[in-house]
Order: sequence, then C-alpha cells, then structure tokens
Amino acid sequence: MQRRASGRTVGGMRALLLQAPAVSLLLVWMLIPLGMTLWFSFQRYNLLNPMISGFAGWNNYTFLLTDPALWIAIGNTLLMVCWVLGITVIGGVLLAVLFHQEFFGRGIARLLVISPFFIMPTVSALVWKNMMMHPVNGIFAWLFKLAGLQPIDWFSSYPLTSIVIIVSWEWLPFALLILLTAIQSLDDDQIEAARMDGAGPLAIFWFITLPHLKRAISVVVMIEMIFLLTIFAEIFVTTSGGPGLASTTLAYLIYLRALLDFNIGIASAGGVIAIILANLVAIFLIRTVARNLET
Amino acid sequence: MYTSLSRKLLLTLLAWLIALIIFFPIFWMILTSFKTEFEAISTPPTLFFEPTLAGYREVMARADYNTFAFNSFAVSVGSTLLALLVGLPAAYSMAFLPTKRTRGTLLWMLSTKMLPPVGVLMPIYLIFRDLGLLDSLTGLIVIYMLMNLPIVVWMLYTFFRDVPREILEAARMDGAGTLQEVLYLLVPLTLPGIASTGLLSVILSWNEAFWSINLTTSDAAPLTAFIASFSSPEGLFWARLSAASTMAVAPILLFGWMTQKQMVRGLTFGAVK
Repeated sequence: MQRRASGRTVGGMRALLLQAPAVSLLLVWMLIPLGMTLWFSFQRYNLLNPMISGFAGWNNYTFLLTDPALWIAIGNTLLMVCWVLGITVIGGVLLAVLFHQEFFGRGIARLLVISPFFIMPTVSALVWKNMMMHPVNGIFAWLFKLAGLQPIDWFSSYPLTSIVIIVSWEWLPFALLILLTAIQSLDDDQIEAARMDGAGPLAIFWFITLPHLKRAISVVVMIEMIFLLTIFAEIFVTTSGGPGLASTTLAYLIYLRALLDFNIGIASAGGVIAIILANLVAIFLIRTVARNLET
Repeated sequence: MYTSLSRKLLLTLLAWLIALIIFFPIFWMILTSFKTEFEAISTPPTLFFEPTLAGYREVMARADYNTFAFNSFAVSVGSTLLALLVGLPAAYSMAFLPTKRTRGTLLWMLSTKMLPPVGVLMPIYLIFRDLGLLDSLTGLIVIYMLMNLPIVVWMLYTFFRDVPREILEAARMDGAGTLQEVLYLLVPLTLPGIASTGLLSVILSWNEAFWSINLTTSDAAPLTAFIASFSSPEGLFWARLSAASTMAVAPILLFGWMTQKQMVRGLTFGAVK
C-alpha cells in the first residue's frame, strides 16, 4: 500500500520531468511573443522612424479601428472564410458519400482527389494564377473561348473570388479526407436495417449519415477557420491584396503594416485583433476536442 | 445483378470524373513541366507534344536550386526530429503516467496552435533580428518545431493510448527499465504511428509558407519561398515554373498518399479516427 502511494508521487514527478521540455518550450513560444505583441500595441514604434517612441495608449487601436482598410480587410476575411467553408464542407460531405461507395479503381481515385491538400500553397496559387486563370493563355480562357464567351481576367475583375477558388481547391480535399474517415466508422448494419424498413437513400443520408458526421463536420469547420483566418501565401503570390484592397484580408493587412510600412505599433494592434478573432473560434474547437478526451 | 453493376459503373464514371477534375491542375503542371516554353503558353493548349527535360535543366542549372531544396529538406527533417525528441517523452508520460493535470496540459498545448502567426509576426521578427536568426536555418527549424510540437504530442498520445497497458506492465514485471520498455516494446509496437506522425510534421514544415516568406531572404529560403519568387516576371516561364513546382511537391505528395489514413488523427487532434 505504502509502496503504491510513493510510486504514485514518483510517477507524478517523472511525468512532470518528461513533460517539462515540451511544456516549457511551448510556454516560452506562447507567452513571450504574445506579451511583446500586447506591449508593442500600446507603443509608438516605427522601425523607419526611431525618433518616434513612447507610450501610445489606445492610439494604435483607435487609428486602426477608424481606418476603413481594417474593416474592408475584416469584411474580406469573413467573406472568404464563409465561402470557402460553405464550398468545402458541403462539397466535402457529398464527396465523402460518393467516395465511400464501391466503384472501380476507388483507391486510386481517392488518392487523386485528396492530392491538392499536400501541394505547397505557393505552388497551388501560381499554378492556378498562371496556367488555369491566366486571361490569355489559361485553361479557363481557352474553355470560355470554346464556349464562345469572353475570357475573364480573374485576378483584376474578381480578385476575392479567385482567391476563394484557389483556397477551396486546397481545402476541399482536407474536408473530404476527414469526413471520409468519419463516414467509414458508420455502422453498415444500421443502414441495412433502415433500408429494410423502406428508407430511401435521401432519408438514410439525412437521418443516419449526416447526424453521424456531425462532430467530424464541426471539427472540420473549426480547424479550417483557424487556418483560413491566416491565409497568406495564396494572396502574396497572386493579387498582393489588390487591386486596391479588394483581396486584402486581415492577415495580409497586418503583413502590409508590419513588413512594408514597418509600423510595429499598428501591426501589433492588428495582431491583437487577429488573436482575439482566432480565439473566439478556438474556444469552441477546444471544447469539442475536450469532450472527446473524456473517454 | 444487372442494376447493381450498372449502378457501380455509373458511380465509377461520376467519381472518376470528379477526381480527374480536382486533380487536373496538378496533372497539367506535371505535363507543362515537360514542354518547351513556347508549347507551355500556346493556345489552344497542347496535350500531345514531344516531351523535353529543358524546363528541369533550366531549373537545375540555377546555382541556387540545390540550396533551396537542401534548405527545405534540412528544415523539415530537422524540425521533425527535434519535435519527436521533445514530444515522445511528453506523450509517453501523458499516456502511461496520467495525472489530474494531463487533460489540461493536452488542451493547453492544443491552444498554442490557435495563436495566429500574424499575431506574433512582429515580436518574432524583432527577436530573430536581434539574435541574428533572420534568414537562418536554425531560426526556421526552431519555429517549425514549435509549430508542430502540439500536433506531434497529440498524435503520439493517441497512438500510445491504444497500446494495452498490460503489455508494458508485463515487461515491467520482467524487470525491464523504463528506457528498455520504451525502446524495445513501445517504439516497435507504435512504429507505424510514430512514422506517420513524423511524416505529417515533415509535410507541414515542407509546405509552410508564412514564416518562410517573411523570415528568409536568400541563404535559408526553402522551396516555398523559391517558388514564391516566380510570382514576379520570371513566372512567365511556365515550363520552368512547372518543373520547379513538380520537383518541390513530388516527395510530399508521395508521403501524403502513404500516410493519409493515420494523418487524420493528427490533423483533428484525435477527434476523428
């Protein structure tokens, strides 16, 4: 009995020691930059003009919040996130059902369809920009001409739509991969029983498949949101946020203020806003994951 | 019998059509990489042509191509090995020596992943500048290691949790020390899991483009940053761009195909298995 008790405390000590490197590294990684961002956001700090310094109070925030660019960027971010989520989640569910069926060459077709998720974002964006959406030599332009239509100059006429298309192409496979895994744990007997009772495919989808996928869908939504809020490379190599601010998202606006204007105070205030936005989503995600840990 | 076969054929047709449409940009990129620059931009697009390796030769001829490729390799493998080194003991203790705090620690680790990179861009940039880590491999390795550490710990934890405790206890009864227990039992038992954890970490680091674009310029720039440089006028050389892109994504695509099933756990923090 006594041995057991001491074993437990020794176990506790060992657990602490084994976790110490990971925990302390992550603690430093989180707290120091976070603290600095908060601190800078209340400072007058511009790398190009070292003469300006000192406490800024809420000035950076009021400047940012009264700058129409911020609201345009937040609007663009929300638009992009909502569209991409809609496309990838609805498309992902439908494709998961389709690719769950048995058909010839299913294994290979699945590999092909999840591939875009593994392509680095700069490659995806440039392939789409140059070879798909180029107004003269792109595949889309060729298809439009075949159909007798006027080719579209995607990135100047519909910059945000173009970004949504590229990002959806990258994340649809992610949604599909997760949902396909989830759908495979669906009990076949249950579906068989429902079919015996005369349920049609639509009823089975609506009353059995969809409820079964509920948690997987919510996980996909939350993980995508966290990544989509900080989409950067796709915008960087295609539109650079333009024309004007038409495809500038919050993440890209912060980048513009930080590394192009070198206005650290303003950029940090923007960073704090981005962190708050991300945390609104994160709380829900962590709750869902936590529920799963109980078992 | 007949209806089920025709249904299967119809499904085959539909599924393959969708798969080919989604895969098309990648297919087109690979195809274009074997064209001449002239064929690459021709309209209507050429489907049949005499393949040439000129694009690849042009890219390889650039003295710095090997540097970019090496940087990508060093950064993703280096950060992954470090993350495994730090993450393995943590995951082991969480799975086999759980305490009241384990749950909280796991969730807290997950929460560090939620910090948007742009939110801490400024501090990291300034710290790196002062430490001389801008445009250095060490800097990127550290960032990627920290970026992937929560995922690595989580994924290893879910694999370790599936190992029946009795096996480890039996070994302990036979007098095996912790290190022996881990090296001779746990690692071999969960090797596929550890491997897919490592591969996911490699994939994520290899494809990372926010920090690589913002923190490197030339010396430590990996392939993501190199490809980004094609967005300027040089991007007009499509065959060359395609060749460079194909080489940059090929290994990762293979890894992704190999580990897609196990990867879901890491990507969803064990919420979907």
